[in-house]
Amino acid sequence: MGEVVAFVQTSMLAVASLSVVGYGIAAIGPGLGIGFLVGKALESMARQPEAAANVRTNMFIGIGFVEALALFGFVLAFIAK
Amino acid sequence: MGTAVLLARAGFKTPTTEDFVWPCITPHWKVGGAELCINRTVGLTFFTSIVVVVLFLVAFRRPKIVPTGLQNFMEVIVDFVRVGIVQEVIGERGLIFVPYLTTLFFFIFVGNVLGVIPGLQFPINSRMALPIFLAILTWILFNAVGIREHGWGGYFKMVCFPSGVPWPMYILVTPIEFVSTVLVRPVTLSVRLLANMIAGHLLLTIFFLGTAYLLQPSITALFAAASFALGVILVGFEMFVAGLQAYIFTILTAVYLAGALSHEH
Repeated sequence: MGEVVAFVQTSMLAVASLSVVGYGIAAIGPGLGIGFLVGKALESMARQPEAAANVRTNMFIGIGFVEALALFGFVLAFIAK
Repeated sequence: MGTAVLLARAGFKTPTTEDFVWPCITPHWKVGGAELCINRTVGLTFFTSIVVVVLFLVAFRRPKIVPTGLQNFMEVIVDFVRVGIVQEVIGERGLIFVPYLTTLFFFIFVGNVLGVIPGLQFPINSRMALPIFLAILTWILFNAVGIREHGWGGYFKMVCFPSGVPWPMYILVTPIEFVSTVLVRPVTLSVRLLANMIAGHLLLTIFFLGTAYLLQPSITALFAAASFALGVILVGFEMFVAGLQAYIFTILTAVYLAGALSHEH
C-alpha cells in the first residue's frame, strides 16, 4: 500500500514537471512569432520612418494576439497539475 | 509573503497559485454558494479606484492653460490615449470613447503596478475576477456599438459573413468568425492580462524567496546576491509590463470598437 502511494506521488510529480516541460515547448512557437513580428516591424520602420507610428501600433496589436497563445499555455500548465 | 519568507528558512517551498488566495480580514457572510468578505485583493481594488479618482481630481480640479506639475503629467497620458490610441485606431468618430479608454488604462496600470509597490505588493489583476469583469465591460460595449451602428441583422451579417469570400467558404468561415468574435475575444483579453500578472508576481516571489533561502549560513550565501540582483532587475521589468499590458488591453478595446464601427465590409 505504501509503495503504491509512493508510486502515485512520484508519478504525480513527474506529471507536474511534464506540464512545465510542455509549456517550455509550447513557448517556442509564440517566441519565434513575436521575434519574427517585431523584426519585420523594425525593418519596415527603418525603410519608411514616416509610417513608424502606424507600424508600431499594429505591431503591438499583433504582439497582443501572438502572446495570448503563450499565455494560454502558461495558464494550462498550472491547471493541468 | 512575510510568513512565506520565514517558511523558506526551513526548506525551499516553491510559490504556487495558492499564494494568490488571501484570507478574509472582515467577517464574511454566505450568499448562495459564494463567500463574501473583504480580503487583500478587494481592499487593494478599492485602493486602486480611490487612487485613480484622486489622481484625476487633483490634476484637473483647477486646470490651468499652461499646465504644471501633476496636470502636465496627466495631460501627457490622456493625450497619449486620445491621439496614440483612439485617433490612430478608430479615428475622429472614436473620440466619445476617450473617457472609457482612459479610465481603463489608468485602472489597469495602477492595479498592475501595485505588484511592485513595497507594502502592497499584490497585482489585483492576477485574480481572474477583475480582468474578466473589464473584458465583459468591453465586450458589452463593442457589441452594443456595433448593433447601434448596423442594426441587429446588419451587425450579425458583418460579424458572421465577411464580404469578399466565395460562398462555399462560409460553411467554414462563419462558425470561426462567430466564435472568435463573440466568445474568444473576452477570454483572450482577460487571460492575457491575468497570465502576465501571475507570471510576473511568481517570478518576483521566486527570486526574493530564493534570496532568503540562499542566505542561510552555508556556501550558498554567495549566490544570494545574484538572486537578489535579478529580483531587482525584474521589479523594473514588472513596471514595464504593467504599462505594456494596460496599453495592450486599451488598444485591443479600441481595435474591437473600430471593427464594430467600420463600414468597408
